Amino acid sequence: MHARLHAVVAAAAFGLAGAALAEGSTMDEIARYREMLAEGNPAELLEAKGEELWKKPRGPNKVSLEQCDLGLGPGALDGAYARLPRYFADTRKVMDAESRVVHCMVTLQGFREEDVTRNWYSKPGQESDIEALVTYIGGRSNGAKIDVPARHPEEARMAKIGEYIFYRRSGPQDFSCAICHGQEGKRIRLQELGKLTTQAGAGAAMGNWPSYRVSQGAVWTMQRRLIDCMRQARWPEPKYLADSIVALEVFLQKTASGTVMQTPGIKR
Amino acid sequence: MKQPLIASVLAALLALAGFGSHAAEPIAAQAEQVFRSGFRADNPKYWMTRLDQDEAMRLCSQHKDSPPPKVRAQIEKAQQATIRYPVDGKLIGDWKEGEKLAAVGTGGHIGFIQPDPPGRLRGGNCYACHQLAPKEVAFGTIGPSLRHFGKLRGSGDDVIKYVYDKVYNSNAFTACSNMPRFGLHNWLTPEQITHLVAFLVDPASPVNQD
Ligand code: HEC
Ligand code: HEC
Repeated sequence: MHARLHAVVAAAAFGLAGAALAEGSTMDEIARYREMLAEGNPAELLEAKGEELWKKPRGPNKVSLEQCDLGLGPGALDGAYARLPRYFADTRKVMDAESRVVHCMVTLQGFREEDVTRNWYSKPGQESDIEALVTYIGGRSNGAKIDVPARHPEEARMAKIGEYIFYRRSGPQDFSCAICHGQEGKRIRLQELGKLTTQAGAGAAMGNWPSYRVSQGAVWTMQRRLIDCMRQARWPEPKYLADSIVALEVFLQKTASGTVMQTPGIKR
Repeated sequence: MKQPLIASVLAALLALAGFGSHAAEPIAAQAEQVFRSGFRADNPKYWMTRLDQDEAMRLCSQHKDSPPPKVRAQIEKAQQATIRYPVDGKLIGDWKEGEKLAAVGTGGHIGFIQPDPPGRLRGGNCYACHQLAPKEVAFGTIGPSLRHFGKLRGSGDDVIKYVYDKVYNSNAFTACSNMPRFGLHNWLTPEQITHLVAFLVDPASPVNQD
């Protein structure tokens, strides 16, 4: 655990040191990393908050989320995130951790979907319950093997759709996911990209999420990560929980299957 | 436990038998629908046009950026024909302007979370993918190093024209290149491209100095 944190922080510090040279704040950033190394991953605070939100009776129905079924049966959390996205017979949809949590908040606790998803990601001064819950759920798969074989026909279909989107080029820069993430050992500026179409590459890219992002001062979920990549591609903004995002996740998790999760992570 | 099992076995059987709601359509058509409907409904229409694909994008996507030789040749020929030149015909400009443009990585981000403000300077962002002048150490490696480009390749008319054409439309030489087609998309003007040409080939440019 500690060795991993060191390695990640060292790599991140290297990345930032370069980026910061251009911005002239290298020393500040390095100091922040030192501080963080001493204090541990800030995502762990959010994990604790997520656990509290999970167990507390909330919403119009005043019940907790403890009966939420993330695919392994009501309340079964250990290893559940590592097996998502998957097909759920009750909604007849392939869902990821985030769409499933929202589903449970609506069906069990009686919240309205618009209200639950309004703050799907945090901003300075505005926390996000979903972010905390997903960080907690992710943490309960720490050390678990990613296992998304996509055998159900609907999962297999989503994996194929995700693969199609991964290579789909459009926009004023001709971008696709593959141009940034299709080759081994490349970086954009100083940011390491990785090849997401191999097991090792996809594993390294998927297994640390949700992750505390030092450059953002916040934990990001996988939905947040992918929606930002689409922004970098200069595309319009995806809908939170869109099937296109879930399809990409199925494709990437299927490719990453067999690698071990280490989450919550800490990233540049 | 029993209910979901029966349901999923049933779904699997239906899909196998081709009764699934999507079974009839090819996966590409389904994926197009899922992709396009995955964007927020309040994205303005003109943003959504960024999802449209021209022939080159369509073919490159279809072949995962490795088209067979015939398709490759077809793309390169069609892209070659798109290149437009500055009215005065001068293809080499001011390397100092080019140096600025190469460094600017902003511009063109849309959406609601973190869009670029209107009028934000739009650059070539060449350093995202290439090493160029030695003083910039934060360079990416998606493209080859262009350090000493002019020193190695010369600064003759043929080299100048090649670099102009390459930046205008990278796919004219390499179908499905990872490099954007800056001129074709009007991302950079022909004049701006001449400045980038100078940045790469002018012997006085820092790209060619030590
Ligand atoms: C223009 C460049 C660009 C495009 C296009 C792009 N990404 Fe990314 N992606 C990045 C960068 C930069 C990072 C963050 C690297 C860092 O912070 O060090 C990243 C990170 C990621 C990560 C997390 C990797 C990790 O190790 O934690 C995933 C997963 C990912 N992208 C998937 C995608 C998918 C799927 C698409 C297409 C929808 C896509 N990206 C399109 C640039 C891009
Ligand atoms: C997103 C990545 C990316 C960006 C941004 C980018 N390039 Fe490239 N570039 C590449 C790749 C990949 C290649 C190699 C494949 C090819 O030749 O198309 C390349 C090749 C080139 C070549 C040909 C090199 C040779 O040896 O013939 C030139 C010249 C060039 N780029 C200039 C530029 C300039 C100038 C800019 C900025 C305006 C730029 N590039 C921006 C990815 C990029």
